[in-house]
Order: sequence, then structure tokens, then C-alpha cells
Amino acid sequence: MSMIFGVPLAVLFGQLLIGIINGAFYALLSLGLAVIFGLLKIINFAHGAMYMLGALVTVVLFDALGMNYWVSLLVVPLIVGSFGVIIEYSLLRRIAGQDHIYSLLLTFGVALIMQGVLINIYGVSGLRYSMPDVFQGGMNLGFMFLPYYRAWVIVAALLMCFATWFIIEKTKLGAYLRAGTEDSQLMQGFGINVPLLVSLTYGFGVALAAFAGVLAAPIYSVTPVMGSSILIVVFAVVVIGGMGSIGGAITTGILMGVIEGLTKTFYPPASSAVIFLVMVLVLMFRPNGLFGKEA
Amino acid sequence: MNQQAHSADIHNTILAQQKAQDRRKLMINGVLLALFLVAPFVMYPVFLMKILCFALFAVAFNLLFGFTGLLSFGHAAFLATGSYTTGYLLSHYSGLTTEVGIIAGTLMATVLGLAFALLSIRRQGIYFAMVTLALAQLVYFFFVQSEFTGGEDGMHGIPRGELFGLLDLSDNLNLYYVVLTVFIGCYLLVQRIVASPYGQVLKAIKQNEPRAVSLGYNVDRYKILAFVISAALTGLAGSMKAVVFQLSSLQDAHWHTSGEVILMTLVGGMGTLLGPVVGATFVVNVEYQLSQGALRDWVDPILGGVFVLTVLAFRSGIVGEIQKFMRKNMG
Repeated sequence: MSMIFGVPLAVLFGQLLIGIINGAFYALLSLGLAVIFGLLKIINFAHGAMYMLGALVTVVLFDALGMNYWVSLLVVPLIVGSFGVIIEYSLLRRIAGQDHIYSLLLTFGVALIMQGVLINIYGVSGLRYSMPDVFQGGMNLGFMFLPYYRAWVIVAALLMCFATWFIIEKTKLGAYLRAGTEDSQLMQGFGINVPLLVSLTYGFGVALAAFAGVLAAPIYSVTPVMGSSILIVVFAVVVIGGMGSIGGAITTGILMGVIEGLTKTFYPPASSAVIFLVMVLVLMFRPNGLFGKEA
Repeated sequence: MNQQAHSADIHNTILAQQKAQDRRKLMINGVLLALFLVAPFVMYPVFLMKILCFALFAVAFNLLFGFTGLLSFGHAAFLATGSYTTGYLLSHYSGLTTEVGIIAGTLMATVLGLAFALLSIRRQGIYFAMVTLALAQLVYFFFVQSEFTGGEDGMHGIPRGELFGLLDLSDNLNLYYVVLTVFIGCYLLVQRIVASPYGQVLKAIKQNEPRAVSLGYNVDRYKILAFVISAALTGLAGSMKAVVFQLSSLQDAHWHTSGEVILMTLVGGMGTLLGPVVGATFVVNVEYQLSQGALRDWVDPILGGVFVLTVLAFRSGIVGEIQKFMRKNMG
């Protein structure tokens, strides 16, 4: 077996694959954060909780109704996205005119409530979700073994990122969204229903998180606390990449996942900290982020 | 002539109002001081010391959040650094007197605070909260993997020792009055800072940073100093907490603790001096009461609910609302 720096190549590629998958999740989540930030100018601290809710609802619907994975992939983001619209409409909207710090704290409170309530119902030990049959097994690429589901996660996440990019950059709705990011008051003057657009944007960002949650259900342990730890990592990713561009969010997400995977191969103790260390370096040498335009 | 007399009148009225306000403030502070002096004879001193430690934590946090307008989501890192440093020194060097351990813990937190400040100051507004949260998580991972912290188990049985080698701190009452003295000292210090010209600049930065810049203030330096002072006092709170409970744990470093101190400050009234003290008392009590009853598993969601309610309905917090009420009804 060929080795590189004392590490078997198969292990290296295996960790790289896990890194790319983690990176795909970082990309999806930071993309949702960026979409919400663009129009609402707030950081959604409940984003991790929404991702968790997506995974949890998938498991619960499967256990209760035997809901098919493919149906979940469509229905769960809709359910969680609607929940997001309700949160925006009933809570966030009330303090829209206030300092953005308050909306950030509000979403933090919402996250605490969601996580706390669900811990009481489902505990912290983790629920099981069985892999859909289509994805059982994998293929041997010669240099490594590629499980089908993991390949699918990467493809699905990238497709979703591309779809989001397409909607925002190429469609009329996306044009409204971009215009709203620049000057929502002026847009209201043109007769566009901005409050509705804000609700839908928040709902869409949250639905992206829930989509990531559905993708995660078969491979990660589904628990009510799965959202909070990944959210802090995603924050670091967002600080590294900046929220200026969609491409930047995706690239940074995957890049960070790969760096994490490589660290896990060569120096495991640092793997959970490496993204934060990269953030420190970026803050020192490129304070505006790798793709950032503004401070 | 007439007009001059009139403006002198107004001037006098304002002065009289100011005096009445100062007198009222002095009275409130006097009553509170008396309460804190008698309290350990009525309530369990360790519980009171817990309140004082968290009150100091919140007062320190408020200097940054309430008066400078910077929302740090990483203050748990300083609390834990103070706590672990003091705990380690007192456990491993029996020759050290308690105050040396506490001072060392405070210094470590101060240094860490400077590092945080220099890094996070490069990003503004909402990014600032994310950067501080991420940096604190880095510190958390460091504590998890370091051997000296005892990892998941934490540090137990930290000796309380003797203050200056003279006063036995294993006695709860002795320790209580030491903690109270430190707390009052820090409270007065923050009061002084806020009232000083430096504090006025901090408030100016909070209200309108671009204007402060255009007036020629080096805004970053003011912010960094505020951050470092806040971190130092937070470390002091952590150090004292380690001595009081004879315990340092990962809980201190967790993001949850950073959220807790925000809640305390917000509920009590951000940007007021007494607010964080009231808020800390409130939150510590609510947590204690809930943990005793049937709702003990629901502490987190209830605190989250308090968070949401405070943000939605009374952003000025308990003390802020009382101040508003008094201004309206008592001139």
C-alpha cells in the first residue's frame, strides 16, 4: 500500500472525502446565512437549530409515517421553511426597526428554546435514520472506496448551491432580492411587497439549512444539540470567506472542510480547532476575509 | 436682563434636579450595600457569593456591551481562563496565598482579552459577535484537550487558602466579605470609568461611531482598552468563582455561559450601572429555583423564552424600565 508522510493513501483519501462532505454542509449553511444577511442584515443564530430541526423532522416523519427519503428531501425544507416564515412574521418583524443586535439576540433565544424543548422530548443520545436502500454500498475507485450516499451528498449539496446561485443571479425574483439588499425602501417605492420578500427570504435561508439537515440525517447522529456546534464552525467559515459573494461562501465552505480533513489525517488533536486557527490567520492578514468586500 | 434671570433660573432648576437625582442614587446604593452586608446572616453565603461573582461578570460585560456597544459572544473564555489559572496555581503551589492566585488569573484573562481585542477589532458590527464566539470556541477546545484542566472532569478540591496568609478563607463568612469588597471595588471602578471623559468617548462611539472618528478620536484604541478592562474584570470574577466553589469546569468556557451573561445584562438593563447586578441576581435565582422544582429540565428553554420576551417587550431591562417610570412620574 502506498504511503504519504507515513499515512496510507486510502486513509488520506478517505479523510479528504469526509472533509469535502463536511465542507458541503458548511457551504450550504453559510450560503443560507448569507442569503438571510443580505436582505435582513442579521445573523441568524437559530440557523444551527433549523439545520437540526430539518434532520430531526426527517427522522420523526420516517418513524411516524414511514416517509420516503426523497419525499423528505422536498417536504422537510418546506415545513421548516414555513416555520421560519412564522418566526420572521411573528417575532423578527416586530423589532425590524431596532438595532440589528436585538434581532441577533432574538434568534439566539429562539435557538435556545428549540434546542431545550427538543432535548426534553428526544434526549441527547441521538436518533437513528436508516440509509435509503438505493444508497447501500459503494464503488471501489481503485485508490479508495466511495460509498454511494456520500457521493450523493456532495452532488446534492452542489446542485442546491448552484440552484441558489441561479435564482439569485439570474431570475427576476433574485433581481428583487439583490435590489432589496441595496435599498429596500426605494424598492418598496416601486411597488414591490418588501415585507413579504423579507419573510420569504428568511424562510428560504432556513429551508436551505433544513435541506442540509435532511442530507445529514443518514450519516450523522441526529440529536437536538447537533446544530449548535456546527453553527459556530460555520460562523468561522463566514468570517473567513466574507458574506459578499455566493461563490465565495461555497468555495470557502468546501476548502475549510478539506483543511479539516487533512488535519484529521496528519495531526488529529488539532482537527476541531484548525478552522478557528485559519480564521485567526485570516483576521491577521486579510481582515476583510478571503472574498470580502466590506469590513 | 429679564432673559438672563430666566436662564439662571433654569440653570438652578437643573442643578437642583441633578442633586435630587444624586441623592436618590446614593440612597439606593446605600440600601443595597446594607442589604449585602446583612444578607449572609439570612441566606446561604455560597449562594450569595455565586450571585456576586456573576454580578461582577455581568458588570464587566456591560462595560463593553452596554456602554461601548460591542456585543462579545466570547466572554466565557475570560471567565474560564481566570478560573482555571487560579485553580491550577492554588492546587499545585501550596505556598501561594489566595490573592496571588486570583491576581494571576486576572492577569491571564487580561492578556487573552488583549489578544481577542486585537483580532476581533478588525471586524465590525455583526461580524464582531461571530469572531468573538469563534475565538472563544478555540479557547474551549484548548481547555478540553489540555491536561492541566482535567478535561471533561474539571478541577476539583481547589484549596481556598488564606488571604495574605492571615485570613482563613475556608470560613464562608470571611470569604463572603472578601468577595463583597472586591465586587464593590470593581463596581465603583466601572462607575468611575463610565463617568470619566474616557467613558464619555465610549458612549459617543456607541451612539455614532463615524462621528467619533471624525472628531479625531482613535476609536479602535478606545474599544480595545474597553475590551481589555472588561476581560480583566471577567477573569477576576472567574478567579473568585474558582475559590468560592473550589471548582473549575468546562461549563465556564462553554458558549452557553457567554449567552448567559448577555441575558443577565439584557434583563437587568444594558447601559445602566445597576442593571447587570439586578439581572445576575434575577437569572441566578431563576436558575436555582427552577433546578429545585418540577421544571428542572426546562431551565434552558425558559431562559430562551425570557431572552425572546426581553428583546421583544422590554429592551431597557428591569432597571431601565424603572428609570423610565421614575423619570416620567417623579420629574
